[in-house]
Amino acid sequence: MASLKEIVQQKPRLASGHRLCPGCGASIAVNQILHAINYPVVVTSATGCLEVSTTPFPYTSWEVPFIHSAFENAAATISGVVAAYNSLKRQGKISQDIKFLAFGGDGGTYDIGFQALSGAVERGHDFLYVCYDNGAYMNTGIQRSGATPIGAATTTAPPGKESYGKVQRRKDITSIMAAHQIPYTAQASVSYWKDLMRKVEKAMEIEGPKFINVLSPCPRGWRSIDGQSIALAKEAVLSCFWPLYEVEDGNKWKVNVKPREEQKVPVAEWFKKQGRFKHLFKPGNEPVLEQIQTEIDDQWQRLLAKEASSPTE
Amino acid sequence: MVKTLAQTGTSAMAAAMRQINPDVVAAYPITPQTAIVEEFSSMVANGVVKAELVQVESEHSAMSACIGAGAAGSRVMTATSSAGLALMWEVLYVASGCRIPVIMPMVNRALSAPLNIHCDHSDSMGARDAGWIQIFSENAQQAYDNLLQAVRIGEHEKVRLPVMIMMDGFITSHAIERFDILDDEAASKFVGEYKAVNPLLDVEHPVTHGPFDLFDYNFEHKRAQAEAMKPAKDVALKVAQEFASLSGRQYGLFASHQLKDAEIAVVVLSSTGGTARGVVDKLRERGVKAGLLIPRLFRPFPAEEIADALKHVKAVAVMDRSDSFGAQGGPLFIETRHALYGLGKNIPVTDYIFGIGGRDTGPDQIEKVFADLQDIAASGKAKQTVNYLGVRE
Repeated sequence: MASLKEIVQQKPRLASGHRLCPGCGASIAVNQILHAINYPVVVTSATGCLEVSTTPFPYTSWEVPFIHSAFENAAATISGVVAAYNSLKRQGKISQDIKFLAFGGDGGTYDIGFQALSGAVERGHDFLYVCYDNGAYMNTGIQRSGATPIGAATTTAPPGKESYGKVQRRKDITSIMAAHQIPYTAQASVSYWKDLMRKVEKAMEIEGPKFINVLSPCPRGWRSIDGQSIALAKEAVLSCFWPLYEVEDGNKWKVNVKPREEQKVPVAEWFKKQGRFKHLFKPGNEPVLEQIQTEIDDQWQRLLAKEASSPTE
Repeated sequence: MVKTLAQTGTSAMAAAMRQINPDVVAAYPITPQTAIVEEFSSMVANGVVKAELVQVESEHSAMSACIGAGAAGSRVMTATSSAGLALMWEVLYVASGCRIPVIMPMVNRALSAPLNIHCDHSDSMGARDAGWIQIFSENAQQAYDNLLQAVRIGEHEKVRLPVMIMMDGFITSHAIERFDILDDEAASKFVGEYKAVNPLLDVEHPVTHGPFDLFDYNFEHKRAQAEAMKPAKDVALKVAQEFASLSGRQYGLFASHQLKDAEIAVVVLSSTGGTARGVVDKLRERGVKAGLLIPRLFRPFPAEEIADALKHVKAVAVMDRSDSFGAQGGPLFIETRHALYGLGKNIPVTDYIFGIGGRDTGPDQIEKVFADLQDIAASGKAKQTVNYLGVRE
């Protein structure tokens, strides 16, 4: 991997001047990812914050070929681009090695774009799909998605007399993608840039479909301080809410960051810094917080068990 | 060298696809289009064609993959029917808005509910405002001919729009007919090489496709799209001329039969046009001055040309194989009557909704339409605007 000094000297492939909010994780993720790809690359993005904020006509922030088609079809769109590349390369009309990258938010990945994503990886196209997961439909004003954590307040799952916000668990999309038995699946966070960039570099050298789920803080939706996004993304990892791991061929699990006991952040500590969980600290909601902590601990143990039972090289 | 074959409509379409030899085909099976995709898949499996075949998990993804592949710089095709086209609805607009000349055989089939697999035109009529060029075919020969010509029309530098080529589900798609197939080399030469505009795969010249457009630019872009439809008529005629010199088969914006001196005329799309030709001949033998107009292009709609061709008749019946619930008749009727309104001659025009869900429409029903037209021509007035033909009331 290039050193930090070398990376900062590279010309960014996502130009500044885009309209993403201060503290938004999406552009940080995109820049880290594009810096890790040492190939020509064609990018697509699902409809969402990233897309609208980087391509308000007549401007574009993309210094690489880019296409946006619709909300639910980023994986299908990139399938077509890859198919065209394979066809034209086979015919000798293209000689370069080009890589293909699709971005989707959690709404465009977990929910509306899931069918297209599942189909595209089943077909085995050679591309990397990156979900920047900020835990809700942030672009349209913080509506709940399949990625919204249990207990979080959103505009369509608000807390009230009869509810503590979102009452359902998140969909574990990373495991679902690993269950497709694709060559590479990973979970990453913008706070661990070396880990994310290493994963992208690794993915670029693997042929076939790859999926990386990147935690991407959203100060607007998380009701958090914009200057704290990276710290929050780190605490998410240290609380085991967002474990960093990678899965090869759907069965070789490796956990990349294992917080030591003294490093471990109780999930309530992480929640406290985000207004979307504020209501959970009202009297009466203690059992909810306890239940969430128990579930996170259970999931962490299950992840460690998957790693322990993975076949060795 | 021209060969005469006896094949189904879907085989004729698949043969045209083989000769077009697109770079990418992304498709999903649906009755009655399935046979096209099956035959093409077998061509891919046997190395007969060069296409990269993307066997997508839905029609929405089929069109999305076509958009990606087209923007990347390749010639792309798909094929669909009915619910498949309905599922594509959102992205049909993306294909035309991004000016990607996707070429698509469309085998007409009813839309649900109730579920029905047989022919009517409600599927393609639902996409009439999607910015696609729409061409209807009377039989397998026309479906084959139109598909080859579609590539030239859609990819023309002044047009650059997607094209769908319709044929009637089962009636044309699954019946065996005689058709003449062009020599492979001649067909390939006619279709020509695809020249992509701003392809994504030109990584040295990065371009953003499908940007976010606010109220400051969106209107201008949609206006430009409306303008792109206009030359499609002339381009279609020029391409048809070139095709005629190759095949001997003449195509216009529409076909007409015994229309020049007709006093009464029927306007109808696709295979029913073939049935109506026979009815017109029979009526002519009886001395009835019947005529027929079968539109080929529905988008862009050749309004002026159709009005000119019908300007001398005393009464017109439009036959619509789809309804437009709550509207003033079916889509073909609305277009045709609107075109005739401009003449200022107040020619009575009436609509017959027929053949819904594959209801068989025989010569007797078309004879009834002409009989009604004789009454209308005599009285100068249609009793009702919309009639339902061949239905139990």
